[in-house]
Amino acid sequence: MTDVKNLEDIFQAKIDAEQKIEPKDWMPDAYRKNLIRQISQHAHSEVVGMLPEGNWISRAPSLKRKAILLAKVQDEAGHGLYLYSAVETMGTSREQTIDDLLSGKAKYSSIFNYPTLTWADIGAVGWLVDGAAIMNQVMLCRTSYGPYARAMVRICKEESFHQRQGYEIMAVLAKGSPEQKEMAQDALNRWWWPSLMMFGPTDANSPHSAQSMKWKIKRQSNDELRQTFIDRTVQQAEVIGLTIPDPDLKWNEETKHYDWGTIDWTEFNNVVAGNGPCNKERLAARNKAHNEGAWVREAAVAYAAKKAKRKAA
Amino acid sequence: MSQALFTYTLRLADDILILSQRLGEWCGHGPILEEDIALTNRALDHLGEARNLLTYAGQVEGKGRTEDDLAYLRMERQYTSVKLVEQPNGDYAHTMVRSFLFDAYHLPLMQALTKSKDEQLAAIAGKSVKEATYHLRASSEWIIRFGDGTEESHQRAQAALDNLWTFTGELFENDLVLEEMTKAGIAPDMTAVKAAWSKTIDEVLAEATLKRPEDGFMATGGRKGLHSEHMGFILAEMQHVTRAYPGVSW
Repeated sequence: MTDVKNLEDIFQAKIDAEQKIEPKDWMPDAYRKNLIRQISQHAHSEVVGMLPEGNWISRAPSLKRKAILLAKVQDEAGHGLYLYSAVETMGTSREQTIDDLLSGKAKYSSIFNYPTLTWADIGAVGWLVDGAAIMNQVMLCRTSYGPYARAMVRICKEESFHQRQGYEIMAVLAKGSPEQKEMAQDALNRWWWPSLMMFGPTDANSPHSAQSMKWKIKRQSNDELRQTFIDRTVQQAEVIGLTIPDPDLKWNEETKHYDWGTIDWTEFNNVVAGNGPCNKERLAARNKAHNEGAWVREAAVAYAAKKAKRKAA
Repeated sequence: MSQALFTYTLRLADDILILSQRLGEWCGHGPILEEDIALTNRALDHLGEARNLLTYAGQVEGKGRTEDDLAYLRMERQYTSVKLVEQPNGDYAHTMVRSFLFDAYHLPLMQALTKSKDEQLAAIAGKSVKEATYHLRASSEWIIRFGDGTEESHQRAQAALDNLWTFTGELFENDLVLEEMTKAGIAPDMTAVKAAWSKTIDEVLAEATLKRPEDGFMATGGRKGLHSEHMGFILAEMQHVTRAYPGVSW
Protein backbone atom coordinates (compact mmCIF):
# COMPACT_ATOMS: atom_id res chain seq x y z
CA MET A 1 0.00 0.00 0.00
CA THR A 2 2.95 2.32 0.45
CA ASP A 3 3.19 2.02 -3.31
CA VAL A 4 0.06 4.06 -3.94
CA LYS A 5 1.19 6.67 -1.45
CA ASN A 6 4.51 6.84 -3.25
CA LEU A 7 2.84 7.14 -6.62
CA GLU A 8 0.67 9.95 -5.33
CA ASP A 9 3.73 11.76 -4.04
CA ILE A 10 5.52 11.38 -7.35
CA PHE A 11 2.38 12.56 -9.17
CA GLN A 12 2.01 15.65 -6.99
CA ALA A 13 5.73 16.41 -7.19
CA LYS A 14 5.47 16.38 -10.98
CA ILE A 15 2.56 18.81 -10.86
CA ASP A 16 4.35 21.05 -8.39
CA ALA A 17 7.33 21.08 -10.74
CA GLU A 18 5.02 22.21 -13.59
CA GLN A 19 5.49 18.99 -15.55
CA LYS A 20 2.54 17.80 -17.63
CA ILE A 21 0.73 14.58 -16.80
CA GLU A 22 0.52 12.39 -19.92
CA PRO A 23 -2.02 9.62 -20.71
CA LYS A 24 0.28 6.74 -19.77
CA ASP A 25 1.41 8.29 -16.48
CA TRP A 26 -0.01 7.03 -13.24
CA MET A 27 -2.71 9.35 -11.87
CA PRO A 28 -5.12 9.19 -8.93
CA ASP A 29 -8.58 7.91 -9.85
CA ALA A 30 -10.15 11.11 -8.61
CA TYR A 31 -7.89 13.18 -10.91
CA ARG A 32 -8.90 11.03 -13.88
CA LYS A 33 -12.59 11.19 -13.00
CA ASN A 34 -12.51 14.92 -12.44
CA LEU A 35 -10.83 15.51 -15.80
CA ILE A 36 -13.11 13.17 -17.72
CA ARG A 37 -16.07 15.08 -16.31
CA GLN A 38 -14.59 18.48 -17.04
CA ILE A 39 -13.26 17.78 -20.54
CA SER A 40 -16.40 15.98 -21.64
CA GLN A 41 -18.58 18.82 -20.34
CA HIS A 42 -16.38 21.16 -22.28
CA ALA A 43 -16.70 19.03 -25.44
CA HIS A 44 -20.49 18.88 -25.07
CA SER A 45 -20.61 22.65 -24.62
CA GLU A 46 -18.82 23.16 -27.94
CA VAL A 47 -21.25 20.85 -29.72
CA VAL A 48 -24.47 22.07 -28.07
CA GLY A 49 -23.17 25.62 -28.54
CA MET A 50 -23.42 25.09 -32.30
CA LEU A 51 -27.22 25.11 -32.00
CA PRO A 52 -27.97 28.66 -30.83
CA GLU A 53 -25.46 30.05 -33.32
CA GLY A 54 -26.38 27.70 -36.16
CA ASN A 55 -29.88 29.07 -35.62
CA TRP A 56 -28.81 32.26 -37.45
CA ILE A 57 -26.77 30.91 -40.36
CA SER A 58 -29.75 30.90 -42.72
CA ARG A 59 -30.69 34.45 -41.69
CA ALA A 60 -27.37 36.28 -41.35
CA PRO A 61 -28.05 39.76 -42.77
CA SER A 62 -25.10 39.89 -45.19
CA LEU A 63 -23.16 37.25 -47.10
CA LYS A 64 -19.95 38.26 -45.34
CA ARG A 65 -21.57 37.75 -41.93
CA LYS A 66 -22.99 34.44 -43.10
CA ALA A 67 -19.53 33.26 -44.15
CA ILE A 68 -17.97 34.32 -40.84
CA LEU A 69 -20.71 32.62 -38.85
CA LEU A 70 -20.41 29.39 -40.85
CA ALA A 71 -16.65 29.38 -40.26
CA LYS A 72 -17.15 30.05 -36.56
CA VAL A 73 -19.68 27.30 -35.98
CA GLN A 74 -17.46 24.93 -37.94
CA ASP A 75 -14.62 25.82 -35.56
CA GLU A 76 -16.81 24.90 -32.59
CA ALA A 77 -17.44 21.46 -34.07
CA GLY A 78 -13.68 21.09 -34.50
CA HIS A 79 -13.16 22.01 -30.84
CA GLY A 80 -15.68 19.36 -29.89
CA LEU A 81 -13.62 16.82 -31.85
CA TYR A 82 -10.29 17.66 -30.19
CA LEU A 83 -11.89 17.55 -26.79
CA TYR A 84 -13.64 14.20 -27.35
CA SER A 85 -10.23 12.93 -28.43
CA ALA A 86 -8.69 14.32 -25.23
CA VAL A 87 -11.33 12.40 -23.23
CA GLU A 88 -10.44 9.23 -25.15
CA THR A 89 -6.83 9.54 -23.95
CA MET A 90 -8.24 8.94 -20.48
CA GLY A 91 -9.85 5.70 -21.52
CA THR A 92 -13.47 6.72 -22.16
CA SER A 93 -14.75 6.19 -25.69
CA ARG A 94 -16.37 8.98 -27.66
CA GLU A 95 -19.56 6.91 -27.99
CA GLN A 96 -19.83 6.56 -24.21
CA THR A 97 -19.17 10.25 -23.68
CA ILE A 98 -21.80 11.24 -26.24
CA ASP A 99 -24.32 8.75 -24.85
CA ASP A 100 -23.98 10.47 -21.47
CA LEU A 101 -24.87 13.79 -23.10
CA LEU A 102 -27.84 12.35 -24.95
CA SER A 103 -29.27 10.64 -21.88
CA GLY A 104 -29.03 13.88 -19.92
CA LYS A 105 -26.49 12.42 -17.51
CA ALA A 106 -23.64 14.71 -18.56
CA LYS A 107 -23.87 18.48 -18.35
CA TYR A 108 -22.81 21.22 -20.74
CA SER A 109 -22.46 24.94 -20.24
CA SER A 110 -25.85 26.31 -19.19
CA ILE A 111 -25.37 29.42 -21.27
CA PHE A 112 -26.43 27.45 -24.36
CA ASN A 113 -29.85 26.93 -22.84
CA TYR A 114 -30.64 30.57 -23.60
CA PRO A 115 -32.20 31.38 -26.99
CA THR A 116 -30.66 33.55 -29.73
CA LEU A 117 -33.64 35.78 -30.50
CA THR A 118 -32.25 38.48 -32.78
CA TRP A 119 -29.21 38.94 -35.02
CA ALA A 120 -27.57 40.99 -32.26
CA ASP A 121 -27.53 37.86 -30.12
CA ILE A 122 -24.91 36.44 -32.48
CA GLY A 123 -22.81 39.49 -31.67
CA ALA A 124 -23.47 39.14 -27.94
CA VAL A 125 -22.67 35.43 -27.92
CA GLY A 126 -19.33 36.03 -29.63
CA TRP A 127 -18.42 39.02 -27.50
CA LEU A 128 -19.65 37.87 -24.09
CA VAL A 129 -20.00 34.10 -24.17
CA ASP A 130 -16.81 33.44 -26.11
CA GLY A 131 -15.18 36.27 -24.17
CA ALA A 132 -16.04 34.59 -20.87
CA ALA A 133 -15.03 31.18 -22.19
CA ILE A 134 -11.62 32.54 -23.24
CA MET A 135 -10.83 33.62 -19.67
CA ASN A 136 -11.25 30.04 -18.60
CA GLN A 137 -9.55 28.58 -21.65
CA VAL A 138 -6.44 30.74 -21.48
CA MET A 139 -5.99 29.42 -17.96
CA LEU A 140 -6.53 25.87 -19.23
CA CYS A 141 -3.66 26.20 -21.73
CA ARG A 142 -1.51 25.70 -18.62
CA THR A 143 -3.61 22.95 -17.07
CA SER A 144 -1.68 19.96 -15.73
CA TYR A 145 -3.04 17.30 -18.10
CA GLY A 146 -0.99 17.44 -21.33
CA PRO A 147 -3.55 16.51 -24.00
CA TYR A 148 -6.11 18.94 -22.55
CA ALA A 149 -3.58 21.78 -22.33
CA ARG A 150 -2.44 21.23 -25.91
CA ALA A 151 -6.02 21.11 -27.26
CA MET A 152 -6.69 24.39 -25.48
CA VAL A 153 -3.77 26.20 -27.12
CA ARG A 154 -5.30 25.65 -30.51
CA ILE A 155 -8.82 26.35 -29.32
CA CYS A 156 -7.79 29.66 -27.75
CA LYS A 157 -6.44 30.99 -31.03
CA GLU A 158 -9.78 30.40 -32.71
CA GLU A 159 -11.83 31.61 -29.77
CA SER A 160 -10.12 34.97 -29.75
CA PHE A 161 -11.15 35.41 -33.40
CA HIS A 162 -14.69 34.47 -32.36
CA GLN A 163 -14.71 37.02 -29.59
CA ARG A 164 -13.48 39.76 -31.91
CA GLN A 165 -16.05 39.02 -34.61
CA GLY A 166 -18.81 39.12 -31.99
CA TYR A 167 -17.60 42.44 -30.65
CA GLU A 168 -17.38 43.79 -34.18
CA ILE A 169 -21.00 42.80 -34.87
CA MET A 170 -22.01 44.71 -31.73
CA ALA A 171 -19.86 47.72 -32.65
CA VAL A 172 -21.43 47.98 -36.11
CA LEU A 173 -24.95 47.68 -34.64
CA ALA A 174 -24.22 50.20 -31.88
CA LYS A 175 -23.18 52.86 -34.36
CA GLY A 176 -25.92 51.93 -36.85
CA SER A 177 -29.56 53.03 -36.96
CA PRO A 178 -31.50 53.61 -33.71
CA GLU A 179 -33.24 50.24 -34.24
CA GLN A 180 -29.90 48.49 -34.63
CA LYS A 181 -28.52 50.11 -31.50
CA GLU A 182 -31.62 49.10 -29.59
CA MET A 183 -31.19 45.53 -30.84
CA ALA A 184 -27.57 45.51 -29.61
CA GLN A 185 -28.47 46.93 -26.19
CA ASP A 186 -31.30 44.44 -25.79
CA ALA A 187 -28.94 41.55 -26.55
CA LEU A 188 -26.40 42.85 -24.04
CA ASN A 189 -29.17 43.16 -21.43
CA ARG A 190 -30.18 39.54 -21.89
CA TRP A 191 -26.71 37.97 -22.17
CA TRP A 192 -24.79 39.91 -19.53
CA TRP A 193 -25.87 38.08 -16.38
CA PRO A 194 -25.92 34.59 -17.89
CA SER A 195 -22.35 35.27 -19.13
CA LEU A 196 -21.23 36.08 -15.58
CA MET A 197 -22.83 32.83 -14.43
CA MET A 198 -20.57 30.94 -16.83
CA PHE A 199 -17.71 31.22 -14.35
CA GLY A 200 -19.62 28.99 -11.96
CA PRO A 201 -20.52 29.38 -8.28
CA THR A 202 -18.67 31.83 -6.03
CA ASP A 203 -15.45 30.51 -4.53
CA ALA A 204 -17.19 30.11 -1.18
CA ASN A 205 -19.72 27.77 -2.80
CA SER A 206 -17.38 25.83 -5.07
CA PRO A 207 -16.46 22.68 -3.17
CA HIS A 208 -14.27 21.01 -5.81
CA SER A 209 -12.18 24.06 -6.50
CA ALA A 210 -9.50 23.56 -3.84
CA GLN A 211 -8.59 20.07 -5.07
CA SER A 212 -8.63 21.23 -8.71
CA MET A 213 -6.28 24.06 -7.82
CA LYS A 214 -3.92 21.71 -5.98
CA TRP A 215 -3.80 19.45 -9.03
CA LYS A 216 -3.41 22.52 -11.23
CA ILE A 217 -6.37 21.53 -13.34
CA LYS A 218 -7.62 25.00 -12.48
CA ARG A 219 -5.15 27.76 -11.81
CA GLN A 220 -7.40 30.70 -11.02
CA SER A 221 -10.59 30.76 -9.00
CA ASN A 222 -14.08 31.35 -10.41
CA ASP A 223 -14.32 34.75 -8.74
CA GLU A 224 -10.91 35.90 -9.97
CA LEU A 225 -11.73 34.99 -13.56
CA ARG A 226 -15.17 36.59 -13.32
CA GLN A 227 -13.68 39.85 -12.04
CA THR A 228 -11.08 39.97 -14.83
CA PHE A 229 -13.84 39.44 -17.37
CA ILE A 230 -15.97 42.23 -15.91
CA ASP A 231 -13.08 44.70 -15.76
CA ARG A 232 -12.23 44.07 -19.38
CA THR A 233 -15.76 43.94 -20.78
CA VAL A 234 -17.08 47.09 -19.09
CA GLN A 235 -14.44 49.09 -20.90
CA GLN A 236 -15.26 47.43 -24.21
CA ALA A 237 -18.93 48.33 -23.76
CA GLU A 238 -18.02 51.94 -23.09
CA VAL A 239 -15.98 52.16 -26.29
CA ILE A 240 -19.00 51.26 -28.42
CA GLY A 241 -21.53 53.22 -26.36
CA LEU A 242 -23.54 50.35 -24.84
CA THR A 243 -24.60 50.17 -21.21
CA ILE A 244 -23.92 47.20 -18.93
CA PRO A 245 -27.27 46.31 -17.28
CA ASP A 246 -26.04 46.57 -13.68
CA PRO A 247 -26.99 49.67 -11.66
CA ASP A 248 -24.42 48.76 -9.00
CA LEU A 249 -21.51 48.76 -11.40
CA LYS A 250 -18.90 51.28 -10.25
CA TRP A 251 -15.13 51.67 -10.56
CA ASN A 252 -13.38 51.15 -7.24
CA GLU A 253 -10.28 53.33 -7.05
CA GLU A 254 -8.98 51.39 -4.06
CA THR A 255 -9.16 47.85 -5.45
CA LYS A 256 -8.59 48.99 -9.05
CA HIS A 257 -11.51 46.79 -10.05
CA TYR A 258 -15.18 47.35 -10.79
CA ASP A 259 -17.64 46.72 -8.00
CA TRP A 260 -20.76 45.10 -9.33
CA GLY A 261 -24.20 43.79 -8.34
CA THR A 262 -25.41 40.33 -7.42
CA ILE A 263 -25.95 37.30 -9.62
CA ASP A 264 -29.41 35.74 -9.43
CA TRP A 265 -28.30 32.27 -8.32
CA THR A 266 -31.88 31.02 -8.30
CA GLU A 267 -31.96 31.51 -12.05
CA PHE A 268 -28.57 29.81 -12.37
CA ASN A 269 -29.70 26.77 -10.36
CA ASN A 270 -32.91 26.56 -12.33
CA VAL A 271 -31.14 26.47 -15.67
CA VAL A 272 -28.61 23.91 -14.40
CA ALA A 273 -31.51 21.81 -13.13
CA GLY A 274 -32.96 21.67 -16.64
CA ASN A 275 -35.49 24.50 -16.49
CA GLY A 276 -33.76 27.05 -18.72
CA PRO A 277 -35.57 28.46 -21.75
CA CYS A 278 -34.07 25.92 -24.19
CA ASN A 279 -32.80 22.91 -22.21
CA LYS A 280 -35.37 20.56 -23.69
CA GLU A 281 -34.93 21.85 -27.24
CA ARG A 282 -31.14 21.53 -27.12
CA LEU A 283 -31.15 17.96 -25.89
CA ALA A 284 -33.97 17.04 -28.27
CA ALA A 285 -32.01 18.47 -31.21
CA ARG A 286 -28.88 16.49 -30.28
CA ASN A 287 -30.90 13.30 -29.85
CA LYS A 288 -32.73 13.81 -33.14
CA ALA A 289 -29.45 14.31 -35.04
CA HIS A 290 -27.96 11.25 -33.37
CA ASN A 291 -30.96 9.00 -33.99
CA GLU A 292 -31.53 10.12 -37.57
CA GLY A 293 -27.82 9.70 -38.25
CA ALA A 294 -27.70 6.12 -36.96
CA TRP A 295 -28.26 4.51 -40.36
CA VAL A 296 -25.55 6.74 -41.87
CA ARG A 297 -22.99 5.63 -39.30
CA GLU A 298 -24.06 2.00 -39.71
CA ALA A 299 -23.67 2.23 -43.49
CA ALA A 300 -20.16 3.66 -43.12
CA VAL A 301 -19.15 0.86 -40.75
CA ALA A 302 -20.72 -1.85 -42.94
CA TYR A 303 -19.01 -0.53 -46.05
CA ALA A 304 -15.63 -0.27 -44.33
CA ALA A 305 -15.98 -3.89 -43.16
CA LYS A 306 -16.88 -5.11 -46.65
CA LYS A 307 -13.96 -3.24 -48.13
CA ALA A 308 -11.52 -4.66 -45.59
CA LYS A 309 -12.82 -8.16 -46.24
CA ARG A 310 -12.41 -7.80 -50.02
CA LYS A 311 -8.90 -6.50 -49.54
CA ALA A 312 -8.01 -9.46 -47.34
CA ALA A 313 -9.50 -11.95 -49.82
CA MET B 1 -23.33 40.84 -74.73
CA SER B 2 -23.07 42.35 -71.25
CA GLN B 3 -26.73 41.47 -70.58
CA ALA B 4 -26.06 37.84 -71.49
CA LEU B 5 -22.84 37.81 -69.44
CA PHE B 6 -24.74 39.26 -66.48
CA THR B 7 -27.44 36.58 -66.76
CA TYR B 8 -24.92 33.80 -67.26
CA THR B 9 -22.81 34.85 -64.26
CA LEU B 10 -25.92 35.23 -62.14
CA ARG B 11 -27.03 31.68 -62.98
CA LEU B 12 -23.69 30.29 -61.88
CA ALA B 13 -23.93 32.33 -58.67
CA ASP B 14 -27.55 31.48 -57.87
CA ASP B 15 -27.02 27.72 -58.16
CA ILE B 16 -24.21 27.73 -55.69
CA LEU B 17 -25.75 30.28 -53.31
CA ILE B 18 -29.00 28.37 -52.92
CA LEU B 19 -27.16 25.07 -52.48
CA SER B 20 -25.03 26.70 -49.79
CA GLN B 21 -28.15 27.99 -48.06
CA ARG B 22 -29.63 24.49 -48.03
CA LEU B 23 -26.42 22.86 -46.76
CA GLY B 24 -26.13 25.45 -44.01
CA GLU B 25 -29.39 24.12 -42.56
CA TRP B 26 -27.49 20.98 -41.52
CA CYS B 27 -25.08 22.85 -39.28
CA GLY B 28 -25.31 21.34 -35.80
CA HIS B 29 -27.59 18.53 -36.97
CA GLY B 30 -25.26 16.25 -38.94
CA PRO B 31 -25.18 12.46 -38.47
CA ILE B 32 -21.67 12.56 -36.95
CA LEU B 33 -19.43 15.43 -35.91
CA GLU B 34 -16.96 14.95 -38.78
CA GLU B 35 -19.83 15.23 -41.27
CA ASP B 36 -21.14 18.32 -39.55
CA ILE B 37 -17.76 19.92 -40.19
CA ALA B 38 -17.60 18.62 -43.77
CA LEU B 39 -21.08 19.92 -44.64
CA THR B 40 -20.44 23.32 -43.12
CA ASN B 41 -17.18 23.47 -44.99
CA ARG B 42 -18.95 22.63 -48.22
CA ALA B 43 -21.55 25.35 -47.53
CA LEU B 44 -18.74 27.80 -46.87
CA ASP B 45 -16.88 26.94 -50.09
CA HIS B 46 -20.07 27.35 -52.12
CA LEU B 47 -20.83 30.64 -50.42
CA GLY B 48 -17.33 31.92 -51.19
CA GLU B 49 -17.74 31.09 -54.87
CA ALA B 50 -21.23 32.63 -54.92
CA ARG B 51 -19.92 35.86 -53.42
CA ASN B 52 -17.20 36.16 -56.08
CA LEU B 53 -19.71 35.51 -58.84
CA LEU B 54 -22.34 37.89 -57.46
CA THR B 55 -19.82 40.66 -57.06
CA TYR B 56 -18.70 40.14 -60.63
CA ALA B 57 -22.30 40.01 -61.89
CA GLY B 58 -22.90 43.36 -60.23
CA GLN B 59 -19.85 44.83 -61.99
CA VAL B 60 -20.93 43.45 -65.35
CA GLU B 61 -24.39 44.90 -64.90
CA GLY B 62 -22.90 48.30 -64.09
CA LYS B 63 -25.76 49.57 -61.92
CA GLY B 64 -23.81 49.55 -58.67
CA ARG B 65 -25.48 46.47 -57.21
CA THR B 66 -23.36 44.66 -54.61
CA GLU B 67 -23.25 40.94 -53.74
CA ASP B 68 -25.73 41.64 -50.95
CA ASP B 69 -28.10 43.64 -53.16
CA LEU B 70 -28.22 40.71 -55.55
CA ALA B 71 -28.57 38.05 -52.85
CA TYR B 72 -30.99 39.79 -50.50
CA LEU B 73 -33.08 42.09 -52.67
CA ARG B 74 -34.19 39.85 -55.50
CA MET B 75 -37.45 37.90 -55.28
CA GLU B 76 -37.96 34.32 -56.37
CA ARG B 77 -38.97 35.25 -59.93
CA GLN B 78 -35.61 36.96 -60.36
CA TYR B 79 -33.60 34.02 -59.08
CA THR B 80 -32.16 31.89 -61.89
CA SER B 81 -30.96 28.78 -60.03
CA VAL B 82 -31.85 25.26 -61.15
CA LYS B 83 -34.59 23.49 -59.20
CA LEU B 84 -32.19 20.75 -58.05
CA VAL B 85 -30.43 22.97 -55.52
CA GLU B 86 -33.60 24.26 -53.85
CA GLN B 87 -34.92 20.76 -53.10
CA PRO B 88 -35.28 20.14 -49.35
CA ASN B 89 -32.44 18.38 -47.51
CA GLY B 90 -34.56 15.33 -46.71
CA ASP B 91 -32.53 12.53 -45.15
CA TYR B 92 -28.77 12.39 -45.46
CA ALA B 93 -29.06 10.30 -48.62
CA HIS B 94 -31.12 13.03 -50.31
CA THR B 95 -28.63 15.69 -49.25
CA MET B 96 -25.65 13.68 -50.49
CA VAL B 97 -27.27 12.57 -53.75
CA ARG B 98 -28.30 16.17 -54.45
CA SER B 99 -24.71 17.30 -53.89
CA PHE B 100 -23.29 14.38 -55.86
CA LEU B 101 -25.48 15.14 -58.90
CA PHE B 102 -24.44 18.77 -58.65
CA ASP B 103 -20.73 18.17 -57.90
CA ALA B 104 -20.40 15.82 -60.89
CA TYR B 105 -21.59 18.76 -63.06
CA HIS B 106 -19.84 21.54 -61.14
CA LEU B 107 -16.30 20.13 -61.39
CA PRO B 108 -16.11 19.68 -65.19
CA LEU B 109 -17.92 23.01 -65.61
CA MET B 110 -15.37 24.84 -63.47
CA GLN B 111 -12.48 23.02 -65.15
CA ALA B 112 -13.75 24.10 -68.56
CA LEU B 113 -14.46 27.64 -67.37
CA THR B 114 -10.81 28.12 -66.43
CA LYS B 115 -10.29 28.42 -70.20
CA SER B 116 -13.08 30.98 -70.61
CA LYS B 117 -12.31 34.07 -72.67
CA ASP B 118 -13.75 36.05 -69.78
CA GLU B 119 -10.73 36.49 -67.54
CA GLN B 120 -12.69 37.13 -64.39
CA LEU B 121 -14.84 34.00 -64.75
CA ALA B 122 -11.73 32.00 -65.61
CA ALA B 123 -10.05 33.26 -62.43
CA ILE B 124 -13.07 32.49 -60.23
CA ALA B 125 -13.30 29.01 -61.77
CA GLY B 126 -9.58 28.46 -61.21
CA LYS B 127 -10.09 29.03 -57.52
CA SER B 128 -13.16 26.77 -57.41
CA VAL B 129 -11.64 23.77 -59.18
CA LYS B 130 -9.64 22.68 -56.15
CA GLU B 131 -12.69 22.82 -53.87
CA ALA B 132 -14.98 21.24 -56.46
CA THR B 133 -12.54 18.33 -56.78
CA TYR B 134 -12.76 17.36 -53.14
CA HIS B 135 -16.49 18.03 -53.01
CA LEU B 136 -17.01 15.47 -55.75
CA ARG B 137 -14.62 13.03 -54.13
CA ALA B 138 -16.44 13.30 -50.80
CA SER B 139 -19.97 13.02 -52.20
CA SER B 140 -18.95 10.11 -54.47
CA GLU B 141 -17.53 8.28 -51.47
CA TRP B 142 -20.78 8.67 -49.59
CA ILE B 143 -22.83 7.44 -52.55
CA ILE B 144 -20.62 4.34 -52.68
CA ARG B 145 -20.84 3.80 -48.92
CA PHE B 146 -24.61 4.13 -49.03
CA GLY B 147 -25.09 1.96 -52.10
CA ASP B 148 -22.71 -0.75 -50.93
CA GLY B 149 -23.30 -0.31 -47.18
CA THR B 150 -26.44 -1.69 -45.53
CA GLU B 151 -29.72 -2.62 -47.11
CA GLU B 152 -31.33 0.44 -45.57
CA SER B 153 -28.66 2.82 -46.83
CA HIS B 154 -28.88 1.27 -50.31
CA GLN B 155 -32.64 1.76 -50.42
CA ARG B 156 -32.41 5.32 -49.16
CA ALA B 157 -29.76 6.23 -51.73
CA GLN B 158 -31.71 4.65 -54.58
CA ALA B 159 -34.89 6.46 -53.48
CA ALA B 160 -33.04 9.77 -53.39
CA LEU B 161 -31.61 9.17 -56.86
CA ASP B 162 -35.03 8.25 -58.23
CA ASN B 163 -36.58 11.36 -56.67
CA LEU B 164 -33.93 13.82 -57.73
CA TRP B 165 -33.14 12.52 -61.21
CA THR B 166 -35.89 14.61 -62.80
CA PHE B 167 -33.96 17.74 -61.77
CA THR B 168 -30.77 16.86 -63.64
CA GLY B 169 -31.97 17.81 -67.12
CA GLU B 170 -32.03 21.47 -66.22
CA LEU B 171 -28.28 21.52 -65.56
CA PHE B 172 -27.66 21.13 -69.28
CA GLU B 173 -30.51 23.13 -70.81
CA ASN B 174 -29.61 25.31 -73.74
CA ASP B 175 -31.10 28.72 -74.51
CA LEU B 176 -30.18 31.99 -76.24
CA VAL B 177 -28.09 33.26 -73.33
CA LEU B 178 -25.98 30.12 -73.24
CA GLU B 179 -25.67 30.05 -77.03
CA GLU B 180 -24.39 33.61 -77.06
CA MET B 181 -21.93 32.89 -74.26
CA THR B 182 -20.68 29.72 -75.91
CA LYS B 183 -20.25 31.47 -79.23
CA ALA B 184 -18.22 34.19 -77.51
CA GLY B 185 -15.96 31.56 -75.95
CA ILE B 186 -17.10 32.56 -72.44
CA ALA B 187 -19.24 29.53 -71.60
CA PRO B 188 -17.71 26.12 -72.35
CA ASP B 189 -19.09 23.48 -74.68
CA MET B 190 -21.81 21.96 -72.51
CA THR B 191 -21.95 18.69 -74.46
CA ALA B 192 -18.44 17.94 -73.17
CA VAL B 193 -19.46 18.91 -69.62
CA LYS B 194 -22.48 16.66 -69.88
CA ALA B 195 -20.37 13.76 -71.14
CA ALA B 196 -18.01 14.15 -68.19
CA TRP B 197 -20.98 14.34 -65.79
CA SER B 198 -22.56 11.24 -67.27
CA LYS B 199 -19.30 9.27 -67.07
CA THR B 200 -18.84 10.15 -63.38
CA ILE B 201 -22.44 9.20 -62.63
CA ASP B 202 -22.05 5.82 -64.34
CA GLU B 203 -18.74 5.00 -62.67
CA VAL B 204 -19.80 5.95 -59.17
CA LEU B 205 -23.23 4.32 -59.39
CA ALA B 206 -21.67 1.12 -60.72
CA GLU B 207 -19.29 0.94 -57.76
CA ALA B 208 -22.17 1.80 -55.42
CA THR B 209 -24.32 -0.97 -56.97
CA LEU B 210 -27.04 1.63 -57.54
CA LYS B 211 -29.19 1.89 -60.63
CA ARG B 212 -29.04 4.93 -62.85
CA PRO B 213 -32.65 6.09 -63.32
CA GLU B 214 -34.08 6.31 -66.83
CA ASP B 215 -34.22 9.78 -68.33
CA GLY B 216 -37.95 10.47 -68.11
CA PHE B 217 -39.69 13.79 -67.69
CA MET B 218 -37.22 16.51 -66.78
CA ALA B 219 -38.22 19.46 -64.61
CA THR B 220 -37.58 22.91 -66.02
CA GLY B 221 -38.18 26.59 -65.30
CA GLY B 222 -35.50 27.60 -62.79
CA ARG B 223 -33.43 29.55 -65.28
CA LYS B 224 -36.53 31.64 -66.06
CA GLY B 225 -37.31 32.19 -62.39
CA LEU B 226 -40.08 29.59 -62.31
CA HIS B 227 -39.22 27.68 -59.16
CA SER B 228 -40.82 25.15 -56.87
CA GLU B 229 -42.80 26.39 -53.87
CA HIS B 230 -39.73 25.79 -51.69
CA MET B 231 -37.94 28.80 -53.13
CA GLY B 232 -40.15 31.47 -51.58
CA PHE B 233 -39.51 30.07 -48.12
CA ILE B 234 -35.76 29.81 -48.67
CA LEU B 235 -35.63 33.47 -49.66
CA ALA B 236 -38.05 34.62 -46.96
CA GLU B 237 -35.79 33.10 -44.34
CA MET B 238 -32.58 34.28 -45.92
CA GLN B 239 -33.71 37.84 -46.58
CA HIS B 240 -36.05 38.83 -43.78
CA VAL B 241 -33.64 40.64 -41.45
CA THR B 242 -31.93 42.47 -44.29
CA ARG B 243 -35.25 43.57 -45.75
CA ALA B 244 -36.67 44.60 -42.38
CA TYR B 245 -33.92 47.21 -41.93
CA PRO B 246 -33.33 48.65 -45.41
CA GLY B 247 -30.21 50.61 -46.20
CA VAL B 248 -28.19 49.89 -43.06
CA SER B 249 -24.78 48.23 -42.64
CA TRP B 250 -24.20 44.97 -40.80
